[in-house]
Amino acid sequence: MVNGILDYLWLVPALPLLGVVLNGAIALLVERPFLLKEAGLPLAGGHGAGHGSHDDAHGASSHGSAHGHHETPAYRKLVAFIAPGVVGAAFVVALLCVLSLASRPADGRTFVQILFPWIQAGSLLVPAALQLDPLSSVMALVVTGVGFLIHVYSVGYMSHERAFARYFVFLNLFMFAMLILVLANNYLLMFVGWEGVGLCSYLLIGFWYEKQSASDAGKKAFVANRIGDFGVLLAMFLVFWTFGSLTYTEVFAKVPLLRESGVLTTGLATVITLLLFLGATGKSAQIPLYVWLPDAMEGPTPVSALIHAATMVTAGVYMVARSSALFLLAPDTMMVVAVIGAVTAIFSATIGICQTDIKRVLAYSTVSQLGYMFLACGVGAFTAAIFHLMTHAFFKALLFLGSGSVIHALSGEQDMQKMGGLKKYVPVTFATMFVATLAIAGIPGLSGFFSKDEILWQAFSSSHGSPFLWGIAALAAGITAFYMFRLVFLTFFGKSRMDPEVEKHAHESPWTMTVPLMILAVLSVAGGWIGIPAVLGGSNLFEHWLAPVFHPVAAAGAAHGAEAAVHHPAALEIGLMALSVAIALCGIGLAYFLYRVRTGKPAEIAKQWPTLYDVVYHKYYIDEFYEWAVIRRIVTISIGLWEMFDALFIDGIVNGAADLVRAAGDRVRRLQGGVVGGYAFSLLAGAVLLVGYILYRSVVQ
Amino acid sequence: MTGVALLDQHLLSVLIALPLVGAALLLFFPQGANDAIRKFTLLVTIADFLLSLSVVARFDVATAGMQLVERAPWIPQYGISYIVGVDGISLWILMLTTFIMPITIASTWSAVTKNVKEFMVFMLVLETAMVGVFLATDLFLFYIFWELVLIPMYFLIGVWGGERRIYAAIKFFLYTFAGSVLMLVAIIALYFHHYAVTGVYTMDLMKLYELTIPVKLQLWLFAAFFLAFAFKVPMFPFHTWLPDAHVEAPTAGSVILAAVLLKMGTYGFLRFAMALFPVAAADWTPLIAVLAVIGIIYGALVAMVQKDVKKLVAYSSVSHLGFVMLGLFAFNLQGIEGAILQMVNHGISTGALFLIVGIIYERRHTRLISEFGGLAKVVPVFCLCFMIVTLSSIGVPGTNGFVGEFLILLGAFKVQKWYAVVAATGVIFAAVYMLWMFQRVMYGKITNEENLRLTDMNGREVAYMLPLLLFILWIGVYPQPFLRRMDASVNAFVTRFEAKKQAALAGSPAGETMLVRYFDGKK
Repeated sequence: MVNGILDYLWLVPALPLLGVVLNGAIALLVERPFLLKEAGLPLAGGHGAGHGSHDDAHGASSHGSAHGHHETPAYRKLVAFIAPGVVGAAFVVALLCVLSLASRPADGRTFVQILFPWIQAGSLLVPAALQLDPLSSVMALVVTGVGFLIHVYSVGYMSHERAFARYFVFLNLFMFAMLILVLANNYLLMFVGWEGVGLCSYLLIGFWYEKQSASDAGKKAFVANRIGDFGVLLAMFLVFWTFGSLTYTEVFAKVPLLRESGVLTTGLATVITLLLFLGATGKSAQIPLYVWLPDAMEGPTPVSALIHAATMVTAGVYMVARSSALFLLAPDTMMVVAVIGAVTAIFSATIGICQTDIKRVLAYSTVSQLGYMFLACGVGAFTAAIFHLMTHAFFKALLFLGSGSVIHALSGEQDMQKMGGLKKYVPVTFATMFVATLAIAGIPGLSGFFSKDEILWQAFSSSHGSPFLWGIAALAAGITAFYMFRLVFLTFFGKSRMDPEVEKHAHESPWTMTVPLMILAVLSVAGGWIGIPAVLGGSNLFEHWLAPVFHPVAAAGAAHGAEAAVHHPAALEIGLMALSVAIALCGIGLAYFLYRVRTGKPAEIAKQWPTLYDVVYHKYYIDEFYEWAVIRRIVTISIGLWEMFDALFIDGIVNGAADLVRAAGDRVRRLQGGVVGGYAFSLLAGAVLLVGYILYRSVVQ
Repeated sequence: MTGVALLDQHLLSVLIALPLVGAALLLFFPQGANDAIRKFTLLVTIADFLLSLSVVARFDVATAGMQLVERAPWIPQYGISYIVGVDGISLWILMLTTFIMPITIASTWSAVTKNVKEFMVFMLVLETAMVGVFLATDLFLFYIFWELVLIPMYFLIGVWGGERRIYAAIKFFLYTFAGSVLMLVAIIALYFHHYAVTGVYTMDLMKLYELTIPVKLQLWLFAAFFLAFAFKVPMFPFHTWLPDAHVEAPTAGSVILAAVLLKMGTYGFLRFAMALFPVAAADWTPLIAVLAVIGIIYGALVAMVQKDVKKLVAYSSVSHLGFVMLGLFAFNLQGIEGAILQMVNHGISTGALFLIVGIIYERRHTRLISEFGGLAKVVPVFCLCFMIVTLSSIGVPGTNGFVGEFLILLGAFKVQKWYAVVAATGVIFAAVYMLWMFQRVMYGKITNEENLRLTDMNGREVAYMLPLLLFILWIGVYPQPFLRRMDASVNAFVTRFEAKKQAALAGSPAGETMLVRYFDGKK
């Protein structure tokens, strides 16, 4: 069979990798000497002592401030062309591949491309192979599409950055890892991308490495992710020794058989899926491992948009959806996923209320929205989860990029208390961000409305759902609308609270930044139209597209659980929809009242309930608790082991024995005189022979 | 005999002898002709490496047994012969040894300035001894090489080491020597036993493999071998010589110590202790696996709180070698192939880490983490190399460390889940201690004036680092050529082990040995 363009699927991850190589060469060979010269530092092997004229001012806070270069060095233009170029090309190839896949019959939409055998030992055979199916299609398009826009945006946003090429090396590397993650055809190769994106996240959060908080945040992200990865690793061991394979299609195909033979018990499925979900809580910032994501805002804002909102953090959702065949076998896990998702959604939304850093609000919002996606997974609505993943990628990327545009306009200011009235300075940013805010708040007609409402409805109506879950999610939706409008009001409306010096330079961003904003705004509006539910007269193309991935699974799950979907009247669905919109409107109204009408009120409320405010403002002191309960314990134990056990106990014995030997040696020397070496040696040799012989005799006879 | 014929028929012997010949020739160099001495030594080690490549070329993937075997009677009346050979178990460790030597020599260019001639002589003698250890298949010959390794290393630490070099050298010597003597006792007992059973005196390992040794004797002999190898690995709690030896040893000594010498212990387990005494090995497995797992966690925790970079890397070795031991004692294909690969990986990445530390030590004459900070800005190439090596040490997928650790844990998980589960937490701790150290050394602002004057890696340093980085990525992305050459030998090992274990199980009453509890309890 001729596959046409699909035979070039490998180009999708390979193109960003090419970008890494090219930009890497530029970073190493051109940018490095350039920067060292600029900083007055010696080159490799040179003897010039370059101290004295050292200036640390830039680097740590170089973004947003106009300084340094008056003309763009040629290499930066080249990088600015290559980096978005390779990602754009990857998007085009991915799009063509998906179109080619779509032209196939629905049950033939799984294309596998084996590149080479990767790890093979005994019965373990893991290929480096890519798989394009409806699910990975959606992911690949979102990743390359949004990724491309953010690359373009970055060209403008990072234009004042010294390490321009280094930034794009990391960003391209991230695209490569993320595409491996979503296109892998087996768990182990997915894990390569999984840890790969974690690594890039680490590198990019800590991009301004001279800043202590940035490198701390990077490390925290990596370690929190590693804790999750521990779960994925163990899950893979269980999957392999149960199914004899790590390849998706092989594993899922064997589910019914092993189920029947009793090998795959519900308990085993529960353990496997809980371990996978542990990984998801790390990568997708859910309770209890979410703490790294807000700190990750130390990275450049486009990074926050790309990695910590649109793509990487949704990998956990993707992985759970990918493993839906296993999750559906474990009702206990499903419940855990749904509850963790719902609780995370409302918990982090409440934190979002009190934050004043614009990016931190968005960070907690992301945690909260990811909670929705897991809620959807937990109630078996995997399509809804992926749908929300996609729409969220549009409007959250837009919100982050918009906030970046604001920060850019204000020379690096991120505190909303020092903003206000920005509408007139950055009209495009304002307009696009406002659209995104409407979308995330769930205003009917916009993308977020359709995807969020699908989740709410499933949380209520699915056999795994309950009115209780719906209630939490609906309440969280109200809080979301509130804090998002709070953000918009504080930033763009009212009187300016800006530093006058800053205000003087406030300006709209260049086209490389505003065009991506506008495109994302269009997607935030229209992106949901492919998933309009039947009850609103839509054809829900999105669900049909993903059906081959989730439906055979759902069918098997239903047959097993004998819990066929209960049919609810359309009026109920419409009614709940209206109710959730009403809740969102209440949130918006409250925000309007507090931040436009009675602007003194929020401070009053905070004063009225100081303890509550303090606890929420300090994010429920979770970071402090982890620090006290885990980190400090481990360090204390480690120091104890080293100083007491290693240095005192073991070495005490060793040194004691050595002293004993030395003392004995002294005595022997006194007796024998000079040639002690010879005597000792022959003595030893004789002893060894004798003991060896005696050992053999005594044991055997 | 022509040169071609010599290489054709005695390739392995040439590999062993070449460095020794080089050492002998070095003696004719005038004292102080340091440059010539260095270049000559480098040439010899490169030649040895190139020759070893033809071992890979001539290696038959399908053969399980020893290849390129050479044998000659040595002391025939005692059954002692000169026998060398290579198989899938020793191939890559041999290659690691010949590969790391020229790199190490290149790293001493400006680091070793006193007694250069003596230093290089010791290095070359050391190479002969190490290569001999991995190729010898006569127990007596093996023991000779095993002991021969001790002497040059003792002097490398004792003469070219740091402040507490004498203490460290003696500690190193006593620890390993104590183990060696016990092993010698066991070798002799085994030798007598073979005579008692067959009426023939022999030290030929292949013949000794064929013995069915009574379980009780196995337990004793294994105990002796265990101590010798466990000291060398080193396994917890016999590891305390390692941090001292590493800290005091010159960079080149640390590199060889970490890359090759520790592998003598793990290799010894696989080639001798486990292969000769399979029932005892199986019986001891619970204890060894527990020690391995403790070592993984303990090494990682203690590494985390070190103030000296070298000490941190030394403790990380305790952790990494714990993984290797866990893989070996899984007794399955995944575990053992993972362990062998991880021996090579550890050699590459920890060797590279010590080189990294050496580069910075040469410039600043300190290894205290607190003395650094913010180096990324002044030494970007160094930073990149350090980062890649760090990732390899952490076992990030795409680097060599991941493939090894994954196979080890996968293998171990099959046998005893909980050991693998606890061991896998070591993966988290590894990220903590390495990234924390990396952050404190490389990131932040430069607070110490002296660090502003640091120069980046020079051409020579980049040149010897590059091959290491290449293999870090190669093994991570395409480990097939490495794994496939192990298959036949490891398969044979596992099969033989299973057969002997089953035979022993059949003959022993239920519940008599720990073995029964361990291997049947899991069901």
